Amino acid sequence: MNPVQHPFTARKNRSRALEKLTFWLFRLATYLVLACGFFVFGNIFIKGAGTVFKKSFPFVNTVFLTEAPESLYVFTYQGTKMELGDRDYRAFRAAEEARAKAAGQPVPQFNAESYVYSAGGIFPCIVGTVLLVVGSMAIALVLGVCAAIYLNEYARDGRFIRFVRLSILNLAGVPSIVFGLFGFGLFVLFAPRLGVAPDPEKWHFRLWPLHQYVNFVGWGVSLISGWFTLAFMVLPVIITASEEALKSVPRGFREGSLALGATKWQTIRKNVLPYALPGILTSSILGIARVAGETAPIMFTAAFVVRDKLPWEGLDHWTDFFFQGVMALPYHIYVVSSKIPQNEYTARVQYGTAFVFLFLVAVIALASILLRNRLRKRYQW
Amino acid sequence: MVTAPTSAAPMENTAAPSTLTIKVPGAPAADPGVASTLIEISDLDFYYGAKQALFDVNLRLDEKRVTAFIGPSGCGKSTLLRCLNRMNDLIDGTAIRRGAIKVRGIDIYGADVDPIELRKRVGMVFQKSNPFPKSIYENITYGLRIQGVRSKTRLDEVVERSLRGAALWDEVKDRLHESGLGLSGGQQQRLCIARTIAVEPEIILMDEPCSALDPIATAKVEELIHALKKQFTIIIVTHSMQQAARCSDKTAFFYMGKLIEYADTSTIFMNPANPQTEAYVSGRFG
Repeated sequence: MNPVQHPFTARKNRSRALEKLTFWLFRLATYLVLACGFFVFGNIFIKGAGTVFKKSFPFVNTVFLTEAPESLYVFTYQGTKMELGDRDYRAFRAAEEARAKAAGQPVPQFNAESYVYSAGGIFPCIVGTVLLVVGSMAIALVLGVCAAIYLNEYARDGRFIRFVRLSILNLAGVPSIVFGLFGFGLFVLFAPRLGVAPDPEKWHFRLWPLHQYVNFVGWGVSLISGWFTLAFMVLPVIITASEEALKSVPRGFREGSLALGATKWQTIRKNVLPYALPGILTSSILGIARVAGETAPIMFTAAFVVRDKLPWEGLDHWTDFFFQGVMALPYHIYVVSSKIPQNEYTARVQYGTAFVFLFLVAVIALASILLRNRLRKRYQW
Repeated sequence: MVTAPTSAAPMENTAAPSTLTIKVPGAPAADPGVASTLIEISDLDFYYGAKQALFDVNLRLDEKRVTAFIGPSGCGKSTLLRCLNRMNDLIDGTAIRRGAIKVRGIDIYGADVDPIELRKRVGMVFQKSNPFPKSIYENITYGLRIQGVRSKTRLDEVVERSLRGAALWDEVKDRLHESGLGLSGGQQQRLCIARTIAVEPEIILMDEPCSALDPIATAKVEELIHALKKQFTIIIVTHSMQQAARCSDKTAFFYMGKLIEYADTSTIFMNPANPQTEAYVSGRFG
């Protein structure tokens, strides 16, 4: 005979077991994601830290962070193995040859092996990536916020607006390499420039009668081509998120403002947009990570494999600033890990660059988060 | 907490129509003298898309009086109120298919009327108090700054006058530059009223201004309505029949989009002509 059970006694049956199993599966999935994240970050951090930091003062590898990439020369000289960057190697060699000559000794032989991009640093890439991120985010935010305001505040829902929204969604699904090719076709090869004569050898679209002033000769592989390409790539994210942010501003603020005799634009500018900004910034943080990280859109439009000059050096005219290519971190990683012969010296550059890259994205994102939090505190409701 | 309206004359006023001698507790009688019509609504048919919300409404609203719109939910009273400052323009598909609304003889839906200018003259206080997430000072000066007023002395003066006008000055004068959202619910609603009177409208529309307030805050707002009608024409939509009885001069009862009865408040509550009105005010439905 069964002992008397009260009705709430814990029981064991199939549905309880299934519940436990399901939750464990979910929990494992979460842990797996966490483990992957730790592995990726840990790997890059541990291996990259060896390049970026050093054991002696100032503990940071300043050469790596402040100089341009160089070839590494490895040679044995008078019994010691030496590893020198391009400039150091030339200076060393010239000094040794001069010394030998003065002492009347035979000219020393170096027989150095060179490894491309394995010495020096990645400063031009850092500069290039920062410029690309700042410029493209500025363009994307201006265009995206304007579009979002139009869609959310002005446009009346209709067939055309539905079509626009559908287009934006589709744009979000376009692979980044397609954006790269689009940017190459439209900006690099075709976009109009002021005051540049067309090449008579080539066919160019001419805007008659303005062809003396404006010609569709393309912007070339340049910062500005990269900015627009990257901006178009993140536009869907920015527009969608900005619309959400605008929607989350209570209707009462709009009505209250309009009831005081404000125009729609005054209402939006003074009483809607400021409150939506934190939300818009949140979305742009995601945009920043994407813009900084994508290689495909810039490899045809903005990135150079190597460029010793920094963007602000040697400009004939200030507008030339926009029409020059730059080095960029993701493209540099791509180059040093797939376009040059691999050896024991390339790994440190790869990991070091990846480390700096992650750090840079984190810093830019952190700055946006701080800005957002400040705005949020100011406009709370 | 509730102090009776301090206007001395009305109760002894013998010239008023006889219906006004019936005393609704706390109800103000009309001021002496004949009120002039400020707003004239004629034959109004209003539609939300294909759905008709107002049917053939005819109404004349008096200047510097409080008019209450009462009726069960969905009867069209708020819709009519929002027609008066063209707030309905903001909703897609709304249209007046027939009839007109005239303020001082001017058709406010006429082609040459700018709704922005209209809304400067016809202010509105909403059901849910909606102070902007700015300081009290900025809330009050919002309307003037929109109009381009920059003078600090002028703005300071308007802030004080409006807050005094809304009986809020003593409570907030030491924290004008703190957020308007830090105020209590009743204070927030009075802040919204202060914000509205800061632009000096002629007409103030109130859409259930007390529905989210506790009785004490409600009493303060009602007191304020009494004080404001010396200067402004007030139209108030309310769900509370006691409120309509307490603070309005005339009351319009709506049902299913139609104006059922419009008369002096005391008549509506004590001696309604229409059986539907009587059923509603005596609490038999709605």
